[in-house]
Amino acid sequence: MKRKLVALAHARSGDKGDTANVGLIAKKAKDYPLLVKQVTAARVARHFKGMIRGPVERFELPNLHALNFLLHGALDGGGTISLKTDAQGKVFSTALLRMEIEVKR
Amino acid sequence: MSARAATVRVAGGQGFWGDWLEAPYRQVTGGPVDYLMMDYLAEVTMSILQKQKSRDATRGYATDFVDQMERILPTVVERGIKVTANAGGVNPRACAMAVAEVARRLGLARKLTLGVVSGDDLLGRLDGLIARGHDLKNLDTGRPLQDVRDRVLSANAYLGAAPVVEALQRGAQVVITGRVTDTGLTLGPLMHAFGWAPDAWDRIAAGTVAGHIIECGAQASGGNCLSDWKTIPNLAAVGYPIVEARADGTFDIVKHPGTGGRIDVAGVTEQLVYEMGDPRSYITPDGVADFTTIQLAQVGKDRVRVSGVQGKPATDKLKVSIAYFYGYKAVGTLVYAWPDALEKAQAADAILRQRLDALGLEFDAILTEFVGANATHGPLALQDIDAATIPEVQLRVGVRSRDKNAVDRFTREIAPLILNGPPSVTGFAGGRPKPEEIVAYWPALIDKKMVEPLVELIEA
Repeated sequence: MKRKLVALAHARSGDKGDTANVGLIAKKAKDYPLLVKQVTAARVARHFKGMIRGPVERFELPNLHALNFLLHGALDGGGTISLKTDAQGKVFSTALLRMEIEVKR
Repeated sequence: MSARAATVRVAGGQGFWGDWLEAPYRQVTGGPVDYLMMDYLAEVTMSILQKQKSRDATRGYATDFVDQMERILPTVVERGIKVTANAGGVNPRACAMAVAEVARRLGLARKLTLGVVSGDDLLGRLDGLIARGHDLKNLDTGRPLQDVRDRVLSANAYLGAAPVVEALQRGAQVVITGRVTDTGLTLGPLMHAFGWAPDAWDRIAAGTVAGHIIECGAQASGGNCLSDWKTIPNLAAVGYPIVEARADGTFDIVKHPGTGGRIDVAGVTEQLVYEMGDPRSYITPDGVADFTTIQLAQVGKDRVRVSGVQGKPATDKLKVSIAYFYGYKAVGTLVYAWPDALEKAQAADAILRQRLDALGLEFDAILTEFVGANATHGPLALQDIDAATIPEVQLRVGVRSRDKNAVDRFTREIAPLILNGPPSVTGFAGGRPKPEEIVAYWPALIDKKMVEPLVELIEA
């Protein structure tokens, strides 16, 4: 069955220039492999289609049961240039948690 | 310190300029600490300070810090607590003179030695550096600094822990720096207290990770924490995080007893991934930390142990933060009410854009957000709801331009929509939006050997 990531993970995000990062953390260590398998860079890029202009990079942190995503071109130029409410990318974290993944019943 | 202590406690007192004014006082009075670390400089902050210094040469530092020091100096001096802060901004010497003045006023003259760390300011050297082939390429765009050279307002290299260590070794009790890295303000005290060598890469990485965890204040102790956020106790009296470090490079994250908030593995993990790039190479001037080696364990209530941190040698570059004048921006808002709140706001936006277009105004960008519908989660937010049921929507339109007149004219096109646009509109009490100057940020790298940190001592 499908479940939203918000049920399985928590997250925090921030900025570096025009790039937003999202750290996605499994609530339970046993769910981390699910995130690794299904929350791919390509899937995240599709999820944020229309919201980011550049590519998505993914890094794995198995020690923290976490994945780190870099969303390039996400912040309308970033910093002081950006006209966005979320100029510093603070809530891309929960936007990612809207994604649905497949879990066993 | 004559005999080296088994543990050293570094308290985080401020996560950015504008953070909770009560925090530093609570950190130095709420229990034992050896050092108080205060981070004031976000990337955006340097631009703001530069603006202030260009108007008044005696400013350009975080003035809040001076008020904070007035409040905590008696305790700091009495208990022998040392302070590290990058509150100096683009004018650390002026900041230190202001603190010295406060110390004298409090009757603490001759009881306080201030350290001033500078040498990060490259503004006066830019043309020479460019002439010698340091083209300070923008790390994001690859363009050479020459593109915006005539509009550059400030240029500061990120210094590391080394000059902080030097200031402490020469007897400074309060170390005020310019653009020292956030992490260097924690690593410096640990290197000084434990005698860690600058090439003890695993120790350097551990101290860097410790600094990263506490540099955003309460973000490591329950603030802005998504994990089980509703159960985090008493954020009203949140305890800011404290690093309790040992000479072997392991450390615990704790907070003072009786304070609010929570220190758990989930919350510390959130802070570890905050603003992270490639976790295998968290690069600072001091070394390269590998965040994939960090081990966390809950070893007590509100106590998380951090161990296993490994590091690699420092690179031969320093990051440079350059601020340049970009142009102008303004943001206008109106609020539309049910029924059809979102449709009304969308119609108003279309009208506004048509009018701006008819006026022939030149903008680099026009950005529209519908706050209450899509401002934070974009199109994702509207997938799960019936947009017609939204009770109210704030139309928020921002423009950016090199042309001040265009931005100024935009600010006069918002209010008319109240009478000549879609219905059920309110929320213009703030009046006409004000055009703002944009001081933009240009990140670059420079060879480390081109930057010489300078440490100066001032007796209060």
